[in-house]
Amino acid sequence: MANIKQLSERPECLAAGHRLCGGCGASICVRQVLMGVPEDAQVVVANATGCLEVSTTIYPYNSWNVPFVHNAFANAAATISGVEAAFKGLQAAGKIPADKKMKFVAFGGDGGTYDIGMQSLSGAMERGHDMVYVCYDNGAYMNTGIQRSSATPRGAWATTSEVGAAQQGKPQVRKDLASIIAAHGVKYVGQSTVGHWKDLVAKAEKAFAVEGPAFLNVLAPCPRGWRIKSDQTLEISRLAVDTKFWPLFEVEDGVWKLTPVKEKNQKPLEDFLRPQGRFKHLFKPGNEALLQELKDDVDAYWRYLEGRVEGSKDL
Amino acid sequence: MSNNKAFSATGNQMVAEAIRQCDPDVMAAYPITPQTTIVENYAKFVAAGRVHTEFVTVESEHSALSACVGASSAGARVATATASQGLAYMWEVLPIAAGMRLPIVMANANRTLASPINIGCDHSDIMGVRDSGWIILFAETAQEAYDNTIVSFKVAEDRRVLLPVLTTLDGFITSHAMERCEMNDDQQVKDFVGDYEPLYPLLDTNNPVGHGMYANAPEFAKSRVNERAAMDRSLSVLEEHGKAWSKVTGRPFELVDTWGTEDADYVMVILGSAAGNFRHVARQLREEGVKVGIVRPRVYRPFPAEQIAQACKGAKAVAVMDRSDSMGAACGPLGADVLSAFYTHGLTVPAKNYVYGLGGCDVSNEMVRRVVADLEKVAEGSADRSLTYLDA
Amino acid sequence: MKLNLRDYAELEDWKPEDLPVGNVTAAGASQQYITGGWRTMRPVWDQDACKNCMLCWIVCPDISILVKNQEMVGIDYDHCKGCGICVHECKFGALEMVTEDQAKGE
Repeated sequence: MANIKQLSERPECLAAGHRLCGGCGASICVRQVLMGVPEDAQVVVANATGCLEVSTTIYPYNSWNVPFVHNAFANAAATISGVEAAFKGLQAAGKIPADKKMKFVAFGGDGGTYDIGMQSLSGAMERGHDMVYVCYDNGAYMNTGIQRSSATPRGAWATTSEVGAAQQGKPQVRKDLASIIAAHGVKYVGQSTVGHWKDLVAKAEKAFAVEGPAFLNVLAPCPRGWRIKSDQTLEISRLAVDTKFWPLFEVEDGVWKLTPVKEKNQKPLEDFLRPQGRFKHLFKPGNEALLQELKDDVDAYWRYLEGRVEGSKDL
Repeated sequence: MSNNKAFSATGNQMVAEAIRQCDPDVMAAYPITPQTTIVENYAKFVAAGRVHTEFVTVESEHSALSACVGASSAGARVATATASQGLAYMWEVLPIAAGMRLPIVMANANRTLASPINIGCDHSDIMGVRDSGWIILFAETAQEAYDNTIVSFKVAEDRRVLLPVLTTLDGFITSHAMERCEMNDDQQVKDFVGDYEPLYPLLDTNNPVGHGMYANAPEFAKSRVNERAAMDRSLSVLEEHGKAWSKVTGRPFELVDTWGTEDADYVMVILGSAAGNFRHVARQLREEGVKVGIVRPRVYRPFPAEQIAQACKGAKAVAVMDRSDSMGAACGPLGADVLSAFYTHGLTVPAKNYVYGLGGCDVSNEMVRRVVADLEKVAEGSADRSLTYLDA
Repeated sequence: MKLNLRDYAELEDWKPEDLPVGNVTAAGASQQYITGGWRTMRPVWDQDACKNCMLCWIVCPDISILVKNQEMVGIDYDHCKGCGICVHECKFGALEMVTEDQAKGE
């Protein structure tokens, strides 16, 4: 992998002047992921409707320095699969040189990926298009104003999973999207965060190196929705990893690799939850049991990943 | 003029052959009755290596059209096919394709919409998308489905137009029944349709552009002005290319097909396959001394209002035959369009609107006779002119 | 085909025919849109303290850390929204947040 200074000399794929909120994780995700595009390849980007899309495309102020297409909310994966098919079809027709190298990437938020775009994504992964799908996961429908998605963590406040006398935030456990995509048998699945640039750029490079579908799930905090200060985006991402809330892992050709959290970095889950306004009710008297359940969820998922690592180590 | 041999084929076979001859770079495929045999036929071409098309076997119609949007914005010639619930499932993406000005060609085997679920022909599916910005053609026969499909690519990709086209044929009646057909040589089609040269393809990495932008109110409205103008222009472009194709094939191409309207007292306006039934009865009635004419638009969007008004101007009464309803409206969709065409062109001829053939109901001779009998009363001013269902 | 667009500053005067077919637009055009006015605080760079580690550059959500030849050369105040991530992430105390009023007073 190129070092940070070398990366700084590459052309920037995203332009300044976009209208994402200050401190938004989505644009950090886009920048770092696109640093993983092979230097000898051109890239086309598709984007699901969402914060990233509306903020980067307000006519005529396009923030993409590379070819870009937005279609609708549910269909970024199908859209980029059409672009990829066009590339192959036009190459077959002799209209694009056979040696031209291109990469195709789609970005969607968690709403556009875990929820409404799930079918489109599953279809594209199964068909085997040469594409990378990147979910920038901020754990809610932020563009419409912080509604719960199937990526919203259990216990989190959102405007459709409210906190009141009868309910303490979202009752359900978040969906394990990375495992679902891994179950498609794609060659590469990676989970990272915008607070771990080396890890993210390296995983993006691996994803783009695959001939065929690959998937990245990137924790991309939303200061507005998480109720944190705008300068905490990376800090909270690191806490998500150090508390094992958001494990860093990858699945390469079916082999699972989990990045351990160094003992000196390990922190209790509260360190990730407490700074965020969306979890503040968890620290009120009466919610001790719920907080314990969230810790149990985290432990159970970590054990599950260890099991996947163990079970695939000889593949 | 062509010297092509006649053979028997279904409408769906003919559409599949037409698409093959137009040689798209990408085709998205998803099964739905009664369209399925189009993509099945095409899958055989793919398997046999007869086409260079990248055949994208999507997991839904929503993704079928979404992939077409991606492929078309990338710069490819693109086709797909659907029907009924599938077209409804695509609904979200239809106006997107039109607003992005992508010349996608999509065949639709017209079928009703649930509920009750039913696979028979009517026009509920296609009328549900009439305002989506797509050019919409109606074939009466398998032969027309073939010719319309070829002309569709030419019109869609014309720089004066750049709009998607729905080339439709009536489910089962035209999609599945065997008819006498002719086909032109591959080379003739290739020469007629020509190469597609996209304006701003995504794959032109030397000139990177953004497609599918967000637009605020003023830019949004300006973009709609452009879309409307392209749609309006497309009528004469369709006529131009339709006539040019007619010259190659020797088969007629009129925006509005008319039969007996020169001297008709009673005119019936109808879309699609049932026009043949109506002409059959109209011939009988003429022998009995009743002067009946048939007006059959081959294009529904853009609406050939002037041509229809012109064809109806000598009539004493007009029946507009809708194969779907616009629930709660004063008229069915075709009825509303025809009556507004009359109003716009100064016609005051009395008219009555019918709904027929729903969910695959047969169109009988008696049904046509009943309509003409009604029209005699409509002309005298003694008939109830409210919307009438003929099937039940 | 090369895309030619009218001057963005005259956007209000664009006629429908000035919009390219399908409302496509040029790559990177948002560079012309100024988001710096959103700021209440701004990062100030101390060049002497800076080690050119590039960390602030790789994490800036607004592509507002200016770099050249593998060194930081400044901050793009036309686009920096003042989120403070660069200041928070800087390990060398080379960036500091000040209020816009303070900055303008200097």
